[in-house]
Amino acid sequence: MKFSGEFTLYLINSYEKKLDKIDVTNIKSIEINLKDLVYFDTASSIFINSFIKKCETNGIKVDILTSNKDVLATLDLVKTSKKTSQQIPKVIKTTLLASIGKITYQYYIGLLAFMNFLGKLFVTKVYYLKSIKNIRFKEIAFEINESAIRALGIIALTSFLIGLVVAYQSAYQLKLYGANIFIVDMLGISMLRELAPLMTAIVIAGRSGSAFTAQIGAMKITQELDAMRTMGFDPYIFLVLPRIIALMIAMPILIFVADIMGVFGGIIVAYIDLGITPKLFIERFSEVVLAKHFFIGLLKGPFFAFMIASIAVYRGLMVKDDTQSIGYNTTKSVVESIFAVIICDAIFSILFTNMGI
Amino acid sequence: MKSFIKARDVKTIFNEKVIHDGINLDINKGEIYGLLGPSGCGKTTLLREMVMLQDFHGGSINILGHELDAIGHNEAQKLRREWGVLFQAGALFSSLSLRDNIALSLVEYTNLSQKMIDEIVEFKINLVGLKSSDASLFPSQISGGMKKKAALARALAMDPKLLFLDEPTSGLDPISARDFDSLILKLRELLGLTIVMVSHDLASICDTLDRVAIIDEKKIVYEGSLNNIENNNNKFIQMFFKGIS
Repeated sequence: MKFSGEFTLYLINSYEKKLDKIDVTNIKSIEINLKDLVYFDTASSIFINSFIKKCETNGIKVDILTSNKDVLATLDLVKTSKKTSQQIPKVIKTTLLASIGKITYQYYIGLLAFMNFLGKLFVTKVYYLKSIKNIRFKEIAFEINESAIRALGIIALTSFLIGLVVAYQSAYQLKLYGANIFIVDMLGISMLRELAPLMTAIVIAGRSGSAFTAQIGAMKITQELDAMRTMGFDPYIFLVLPRIIALMIAMPILIFVADIMGVFGGIIVAYIDLGITPKLFIERFSEVVLAKHFFIGLLKGPFFAFMIASIAVYRGLMVKDDTQSIGYNTTKSVVESIFAVIICDAIFSILFTNMGI
Repeated sequence: MKSFIKARDVKTIFNEKVIHDGINLDINKGEIYGLLGPSGCGKTTLLREMVMLQDFHGGSINILGHELDAIGHNEAQKLRREWGVLFQAGALFSSLSLRDNIALSLVEYTNLSQKMIDEIVEFKINLVGLKSSDASLFPSQISGGMKKKAALARALAMDPKLLFLDEPTSGLDPISARDFDSLILKLRELLGLTIVMVSHDLASICDTLDRVAIIDEKKIVYEGSLNNIENNNNKFIQMFFKGIS
C-alpha cells in the first residue's frame, strides 16, 4: 500500500472503504509505504495504527516504509497515548422507569425548593414589616413604574380588542334571538369578573414576570447577588419583596384600566352592530351589572400578582451559573405563572359561586 | 500575633462528593494570606464559606471572634460590615454608576451627609487609581481592569479590617496585574488591612503573599511562608513552584 501527498482526516473515509474491499485472509504480509507523504495528521495516524493492530491480530506481518521523522513521530505519539490513556466511559443508558422516577424526584425537589422560598419570603416579610424604616419605598415605586405603569398601553389595547371581539361574536348570536340588549349583561359580567383580570395577569406574566426572572438570573450569574449578600444587603429585602409588593399594588389598577377598555370595546360594537346607543348601554349597565362583579375582579388582582411575581422571582433565583439556564427559567417562569393564575382563577370561581356572590 | 480567621476541621460535602476533609488554618492580623491549589480543589469554596455565602458541613470557622456556624442575624450583619469582598469579575451592580456602587454601603448603613459621602467616594476612587471623572460611568462602559479597581474601591468603602480577594489578577494583562499587586501591597501598608486571596498567578503570589495554605486532596498540605516551599515533596507544589527560588 502506498500513500502519498497529504494524508488528513478528510481522506480517511475513502481509504477505509477501499481497505474494507480487500480480502485479507490470503495475505501474509503488507508493506505500508509512507515515503512520499508530505503531511500526516494525528487522525490518519490513528487510522493507520488501528489498521496495523487489526492486521497483527489476523497474523499478517506489517512493515512501515518511511524515513520521514515527522511521520514516525506522529505514529509514535498515537501509539504511546493509546497505551497510557483510559477509555472514556460510555454514557449509561437509563430505562424508561428510571427516567420517570428521576423526573418525578426532580419535581418533588423543585416543589420543596419552592416551599423553602415561600418560607423565606414569609420570614423576610415579617422582619420587613417590623419597622417602617425597612420598607424600601424607592425600589417599590421604581418597580411599579417599570413593571406596571409602562404596561398600561399594551394592557389597554389587549383588553379593548378582547372586549371588541367578545361583543362582536355574541352580537351575532343575540341578534338571532332578538335579545340585543342582553349584550350589556353578558359583556359587563364576563369582562369585569373574569376576562379583564385574566388578560391582565397573562400580559403581566409575559411582560413583567419574564423580566423579573431574566434580571435576577443575570444578577446571579454575574455574582451581583453574592456581592449583595457579602455586603449585608439581603436580596430578599432589596430585590424580591419590592417586586412582589409593587406588582400586588399595581395589579388592581391595571385591572381597572382593562375593565374600562374592555367595556368601551363592547360599547362600540353594540352601537355599530346592534344599534344600542352608548347612553342606553350605560343606563342598562348600571342597572344589571352589580358592583360586586367589579370588586371580585379587582380582588383577584393582588392574588394573581403574588403568584406571578413570586414564581418569576423564584425562577430567577433558581438560575444556575450558565447562560442557557436564564432562557430555560424564563420560559418556565411564564408558563408556570400563567398556569398558576388560571388554577387560582378556577378556585376563586368555584369559591365565589358556592358562596353565592 | 492575633489570629483573625481560625478554621478548625472544616468539612464540605457536595452531593456525596467530599470537597474538604478537615481543613485547619490560621490567618493572622496584618497578613496577606493566599489560598492555593490545583483547580477544583475547593479554594473558592473555602473563601465562600468564610464570607457566609455557603454552608460547611463540619468543624468550625471563626472570623474576628465570631463563630460562623452559630451566628445570629444581627451579629452576621455586623460582621459583614467589617469585611470587603472582591469577586472575580468585580460583580459591580450593573444598574448603578461607579459612584453609586461605592456609595451604596455608606448610604445604607450610615447617616453621613451627601457631601461627606461624595468626599469619601472620591477618596476611595483615587486610592485605587481610578480618575474622578470615571465616577459617573456605568459598569458596562468600563474595561475589566477598571471594573476590578472599582470593585476594590467598593469593598474598601466601609474601611474594613479584612479583605477577601477571589483571583484578583485573573483576566488582567501582565502590566495591570503587577499594578494591582503593588496596589494591594500599598493598601496593606496604608490601611493595615488583613488580606485573604485565592490566586493562580505565580508572579502575584511571589510578590504579595506573606503566607500561603495549599489545598490538595481535600486537605491542607502546606501552610507557611513561601521561603522553603520548594523543599516540600507534594506533587502539586513541586509542579507549581518549580521555577522559583
